[in-house]
Amino acid sequence: MGRKRAVAGAQDLTAGNGLLDRRALLVGASLGGAAAMAPRPGFGAEELSVERWMREPGAPFVGYGQPSRFEAKVARTFASAPGTTGTGASRTPLQRLNGTITPNGLHFERHHSGIPDIDPDTHRLLIHGLVKRPLIFTLEALARYPMETRIAFIECGGNTGALYQKEPAQIDLQASHGLLSCAEWTGVRLALLLEEAGVAPESQWLLAEGADAAGMSRSVPMKAVDEALVALYQNGERVRPSNGYPLRLLLPGYEGNMNVKWLSRIKATAGPTMTKDETSKYTILLPSGKSLQFVFPIETKSVITHPSPGLTVKAAGLYEISGLAWSGYGKIARVEVSADGGKSWALAALQDPVLPKALTRFRIPWRWDGGPAVLQSRATDSSGYVQPTRAALIAERGAKTFYHFNGITSWAIGDHGEVRHVYA
Amino acid sequence: MYMRKLVIAASAFLSLSAAALAETPDLGRPATPEEITLWDISIGPEGAGLPPGSGTPQQGELVYAAKCLPCHGEKGAGKPNDQLVGGLGTLTGDQNPVKTVGSFWPYATTLFDYVRRAMPFDAPKSLSNDEVYAVCAYILQLNGVIEPSAVMSSQTLARVQMPNHDGFVPFSLRQ
Repeated sequence: MGRKRAVAGAQDLTAGNGLLDRRALLVGASLGGAAAMAPRPGFGAEELSVERWMREPGAPFVGYGQPSRFEAKVARTFASAPGTTGTGASRTPLQRLNGTITPNGLHFERHHSGIPDIDPDTHRLLIHGLVKRPLIFTLEALARYPMETRIAFIECGGNTGALYQKEPAQIDLQASHGLLSCAEWTGVRLALLLEEAGVAPESQWLLAEGADAAGMSRSVPMKAVDEALVALYQNGERVRPSNGYPLRLLLPGYEGNMNVKWLSRIKATAGPTMTKDETSKYTILLPSGKSLQFVFPIETKSVITHPSPGLTVKAAGLYEISGLAWSGYGKIARVEVSADGGKSWALAALQDPVLPKALTRFRIPWRWDGGPAVLQSRATDSSGYVQPTRAALIAERGAKTFYHFNGITSWAIGDHGEVRHVYA
Repeated sequence: MYMRKLVIAASAFLSLSAAALAETPDLGRPATPEEITLWDISIGPEGAGLPPGSGTPQQGELVYAAKCLPCHGEKGAGKPNDQLVGGLGTLTGDQNPVKTVGSFWPYATTLFDYVRRAMPFDAPKSLSNDEVYAVCAYILQLNGVIEPSAVMSSQTLARVQMPNHDGFVPFSLRQ
């Protein structure tokens, strides 16, 4: 049965240029990423050998495990500002990962003055401003508070900024989309700490500040407190130094810059503080010359990770197209995929669990006939927001900014299976 | 629904009762005014938090030459790092926008806040308040925002009208 489905007939096609029913690959046949499904005669037992590692004991224990040495290229790429080290951004290799959780060592980073080497015994969180009782918390104290765990993506507001460019950038997925990661975060609800401090009714904003040398600071609207965590743990272990050790603010769905790392101070204020990043940086310059400010939500977005530029589709046959979808407004409701540049669309399967403000993996089988194809994905979230085309986004906002691009992304498959970034 | 949930969440911690407090761990230690002063370095857009002190563009030029010029270039022209001066009138039309303190930043208070907390890059929080006022005065004067004779202080800095002060509109949530 599986093999029959794998060699799909016309009745399985749900959209143009070879897109199959999203369930077509789920029946019977074993799946191996983008492995071709057709029977492969000639692969016999003669290729098997009794390998060295089958004949001798393996390596000893280590205290903290590392990936296989054969996976060395699965690494972040990074660039620093001129004259600095550690000030800039590193990017997650999304094209080399699967599932939805980013390993801690591969979570993207954006630092404004390197990674501080914070001693948790001396780190403090000060909550003050328009409060009845200004309070100072130690890590030891915070560790005794009730905690919550949630899975959430964090995306830099500048991720995919290159897609505003006039010509499609020929860069891999890591370079174009790598300021995006997703982790399981555990911490104390910020609302609980604010309750204890007694926030005054006239306070509508918070200033969140980090203990790094740049004193990274952002104004956060009070409504963000509803889901905010003061996170101590990332994927089960203490938050990594590169992601805010020992404390970071987690604001699910809000642009990454607001999720202040190395959190050391929260000041309740009446209005926004108008910090450097929320005025001169994370604003969207419109064609009118005015700039959109306080663009908090990461709006609904998706991208095909497999295949993507830098990867090659080897030969005509059956493939699984797979990618990521996410929304700062809620859950992903559906993802559609096109293989003909948006002329026709088929519904992709969503991998459970589909969680609000978390990365969602989508998959759909595709029979590539070896000819030209333009692959696209289009996400819709639980609020009804549909990911716009690049043209629609730019018609509305212009292309003088590099923040908050969430347009549909197009990958063209060439005659030799090479994948290129195109505007379609 | 979305908005209602937010209102409930906000009111939950704004209307505190003693009983509600009793149910939380309450392990924070009261912060003293001196401790708060030591850490509270943020400056509001109306100038709240600006410390005593003052500086002139001429004093600021000396600070700039010693501490800022290697990264921000002669007279704030930029390179290798951010351009601080110029770009007026570049935000509209087809031209490439040049976003500097003078052409883009809406508040002069942000300049004081940021320079004091984060600059110079290799020794942030090392400038005296007078030096910060002075270097702010220098950058504002290079941008033509204040006169060469102006003195920047807690009284005057917050009153500086930046050219792009009205250049921002809040992004409204769709929901």
